[in-house]
Order: sequence, then structure tokens, then C-alpha cells
Amino acid sequence: MLEHAIKGSNKYWIWIIALLAVITIGGLCYLKQFSFGLGITGMSRDVSWGFYIAQFTFLVGVAAGGVMLVLPYYLHDYKAFGKITILGEFLAVSAICMCLLFIFADLGQPARGFNVLLHPTPGSVLFWDMIVLNGYLFLNIFVGWIVLESERHSVPPPKWIKPFIYLSIPWAFGIHTVTAYLYCGLPGRGFWLTAILAPRFLASAFAAGPAFLIILCFIIKKFAKYDAGKEAIQTLAKIITYALIANVFFLICEVFVAFYSNIPEHMDHLKYLYVGLHGHGILVPWMWASVILMVVAIILLVNPESRKNETTLLIACVLLFIGTWIDKGLGMISGGFVPNPLHEVVEYAPTFLEILITIGVYAAGFFILTILFKIAISVKQEVGH
Amino acid sequence: MESSKRRFLKVAGLSAAGIAAFPAIKGFTSSGEKHSDATTPKIYKNPDALMAKRWAMVIDMRKLESEEQVEPIIEACHKIHNVPHIPTKHHEIKWIWATEYKHAFPSLGHKHIGKKLNHLPFLVLCNHCEDPPCVRACPTQATFKREDGIVLMDFHRCIGCRFCMAACPYGSRSFNFQDPRTFLKETDNKFPTRMKGVVEKCNFCAERLAQGKPPACVEASDGAIVFGDLDDSNSDVCKLLESNHSIRRKEGLGTGPSVFYIL
Repeated sequence: MLEHAIKGSNKYWIWIIALLAVITIGGLCYLKQFSFGLGITGMSRDVSWGFYIAQFTFLVGVAAGGVMLVLPYYLHDYKAFGKITILGEFLAVSAICMCLLFIFADLGQPARGFNVLLHPTPGSVLFWDMIVLNGYLFLNIFVGWIVLESERHSVPPPKWIKPFIYLSIPWAFGIHTVTAYLYCGLPGRGFWLTAILAPRFLASAFAAGPAFLIILCFIIKKFAKYDAGKEAIQTLAKIITYALIANVFFLICEVFVAFYSNIPEHMDHLKYLYVGLHGHGILVPWMWASVILMVVAIILLVNPESRKNETTLLIACVLLFIGTWIDKGLGMISGGFVPNPLHEVVEYAPTFLEILITIGVYAAGFFILTILFKIAISVKQEVGH
Repeated sequence: MESSKRRFLKVAGLSAAGIAAFPAIKGFTSSGEKHSDATTPKIYKNPDALMAKRWAMVIDMRKLESEEQVEPIIEACHKIHNVPHIPTKHHEIKWIWATEYKHAFPSLGHKHIGKKLNHLPFLVLCNHCEDPPCVRACPTQATFKREDGIVLMDFHRCIGCRFCMAACPYGSRSFNFQDPRTFLKETDNKFPTRMKGVVEKCNFCAERLAQGKPPACVEASDGAIVFGDLDDSNSDVCKLLESNHSIRRKEGLGTGPSVFYIL
């Protein structure tokens, strides 16, 4: 099936070359980081995780979001998702690839990365995160490929693939739960020390992932002439509506617990993010933008008219995606580190090089996504779906 | 070789001096190419080494009043451990440093604490916790707790993921954001320098204890810092704790610090 990836229009090739160019720029910036060290980033002794780990966290969510197609299609035999379930799986594949690249980019000694396998440490959540992420990557490539291959030959998928499909469903919940456990089991980090962190991560994942897929469906409808179908898109729109409401509800729960209990260690991080702390607050406008974007998206999605209208739905999806990205890709990690354990405020902002490396990783993810989507859609169009 | 290095690091009381006194450490080849026989190397301890069931430190703040007093203590530690002085605050490496009461004990500070206490230079360092969150978090066991309670780092195994830094509730860990060696004016060859991309922190002077010497900060503190075995009721630390009220940092987190403060 890979041959579909090397046959394409001029537009396809321009897009591929553009992505390769961005990947190259990111790669060159990474070489600079590799030789100098992580000092080229904005991270510090106090904010020791930054943009890379935040993107990783957000993208684990996008990957987990794929299950919102797999679950209805395979568990409830929801036929409308038949045309796009494979897209959900391949989106998960590219998102996980980005996650792994971001972790790699974040390591101080990347050449020693395999020490995690050489000295397996089940007590460390990072060990489990490595297992669930790689497992999910494998499951989605494997299931997606086998099912697509069968479709290409116009035969039903083999029976033995079923257990892998069923396994991938709880596994999707697993990747984001374990990723949340990286943070919420740490004593002394009041912002993350909350039992609702994993549910909150999942809610934002099930909003951002399928919303991104809706955006992708509009793009492929325009450029690849492949229509996912109105029903499928509308069902996804309902899913992201509930998920986004749950996400905002969980945020309200966090704010209530912190401020009604009035415990400084829990309040101070939220204060830093939303109103600033001791005169520091570079994230304040971002965080409020996130709240506004999410609220506007909810209004557009809850209202049946604007949800059913393709233009307003697309706008809602873009707002939702940016809103949840700021929430998790900017606020979630910095918010946990500021103030630091000694209650000092040291702020973090990514550097130019750090952003270029980040964009490079995203380009690599889009490269994988483009190729996988090209293959999937070509096969589907070939067999006449 | 890896396993023998590990064993070497994990055993308290073993030092370069220990090796010199007991050349009978079999199989500990310097090149690491092959062992003379397949048996694991036998490791002897230095008879002069200071040993304990659980090392602990008491910092008597009644004897530490000014910045001038704590500076030589910090300097003594950073000098022998090749801790560089990096001017960029973001990339600072520090094993022991002075901070205010409200930063050392953020949940204990209040408005009426008094000027004197508020301005005392509280020395903070790795607490060598009884139940260290950093050891729990590390995915490669590059940081581990030794049999005598000291939490150590294997600088050669650390992958630089910085999970331990997120896990430490005391901000005691530093990361080498760049090559630290370029910032060292002089190097003490008795302790290894580090490379970029690894985490480091106070090691309770494990290398000095193995030679029978107390930690450098204790030696430089003129009696303000006392070091000893928490398991031995006759030790200096136990006697001090017995007769004085002491506090530990963030007691409520259940980490069980080995560093006590007398106010």
C-alpha cells in the first residue's frame, strides 16, 4: 500500500517538500541543542520541564482521542464512522510519534535513552509511560494496517485482529492516565497533586483529538475529495461538545477546591496562571484567552444551528483546539513549577530555538500524518467508498 | 563492569583510600575489559570509614547568624565537589545554599515571625529523605538510596529526563544545562566533574565519609552543623535532637528528611 504515498499531485509534493524543509530546520536547531545542551531552551533549575514536555502531554491527548472513533465503531458497530475510523487510528500514530520525539528532544543525555530498557524500573511512572506509549503506537499501526489491507482486498478483516482492537480501547485511556500519573503523584507540587488530573487530561483529550480530526476531515474533503460524511462529522461534533464541557467543568472543580479550601500551596499556582503572583504573570493573557476560546467553542457547539453549520462548526473546532492547547501545552507544565518548592517565582518562556525545534517535531508528525492519510484515502477511493 | 561499578557506588565506606589499603579487590580491573575470573569482585571497606545506620544532619541556627558565616561553608562544599559558579541564574548548580526562613519553610512562615528569624541564612541542601520521591521517580535507578540512608546519583547512568527534579519537593537538585567544566577555574581531582545533560545534588560527602572524614560543610561550620547516626542514641545528632526542639522541611509530605533544624 505504501506505493500510494509516492503518487500524488503537485500540491501533494509541494506540501511534502515544505514539511521536509521545516523538519530540516528543526533538525539543525536540534544539533545546536545536542552540542550545547538544554541551555539553549528557556528551562531552568526551577522550571525544569518546558515546551517539549508540555507538547508531549498535549499530543498524548490527541493520540488518545482516536479512541472516540474506535470505540463507537467497533464496540457499538456505529457504521457512520466506517469511513474515518482508520483516520483516527493514523492520527494517533502520528501523534504518538511526535510524543516520542518530544521526549527524546527533552533528554539531557539522549544517547543514554536506552538505559530505561537496560535498567527497567517498575517503580517509576516514566517506565510505564514508555510501555503504554510504545504499545499504543504498535496497536494503532498494526490494527490500522491490517484492517486497511483487508479493505483493499475487499475482504472482511481477519477475526484474530479483534482482540487487538478491543485491547486498544482501554489502552487509549491508559496512555493518558499514565501520563497524568507522571505529574499527579509528586509530593509538593500542589497544582498537579489532584486526583482529577487524569480525568481532566482525558476530557481535554477527547475534545482536542476528535476536534482536530473534524478539521482534518474538512481539509481532506477540499484537497483529496474524500467526504467523511455528514453523520460522522456531526456525531464527532457531539462528542467534542460533551468532552469540552467536561473539561471546563473539571477546571471549575479545581478552582473551587483550591480557593474554597483556601490552602495557599494549591491556590498559588492557579493565581500565578490567571492573575499573576508577586508581580509575575506572563501566562495570564494566555490563560484567559484559553478560557474565552473554550467558552465560545462550547456556545457554538451546544447550539444545534451553529453545530450543524459547517463553517461555524469548523470555527468552533479551531477555537477548541487552540483553547485546549494553551490550557495543556502552555499552562499545565509551567503552572506546576511556578512557584517553585521554595515558594520563589521563576518564570519560563520558550526560546526561539526551542520553538523552532518544536515546530520541527510538529512538521515530522504532519509528515507521518500526511503519508498515512494519503495511503488510507487512496485505498478507500480505490475500492470505491 | 557496570555491575561492579554499581556495587562500588552502593557500598558505604568504600573509597579510593579503601582500595589502596586493601589491594585484594579481585576482578576490579582498571580497563574494564575482562575480569580475571568470572566471580564477582570482592569489596572491602576502609576500616577508618565513618559508618552509620542512617546518617543525619542537625543545623543549629542559633550558631549561624550572618551571610559571612555561611559563605565559607557553601564554598567548602562547592570547591571539593567541582560545583561550578554559573552566572546565569537559570542554569545555576547548587548543592548547598542559604535562603530565608520563608523559603526554607514556606508553610511555616507568618507575618509575626520576627525580623531576626526572617533574616537568618538558612542552609538548604538535599534532605537525604527516608522515603525519597526522587528515587521513586527515576526511570533508570541513576539516583538511589544507599544502605546508610544517603541518596546518591550515578552521573553516568542519568539520562537527564529531570523527573527527579519535578519529584523533589525541596528544589535540591540541579541540572547541567551546559558543560559545567568551562565554568570551573580549578578542578579538584579527588571528585569527578560532571558533563552536560545530567542532574546532580548534595551527596552528604559520601566520598569523605569513606575516608573517615566528616562532610565538608560540617567541617567548615565551626560546630553549627552536626553530623551523625540517627540510629545511635549516643550520637551527637541524637543528643542534640533529644534536648532541643527541631524542625524539618515540609514534614507533612512524609518524605522523612535527614536534615534537622534547631531554631
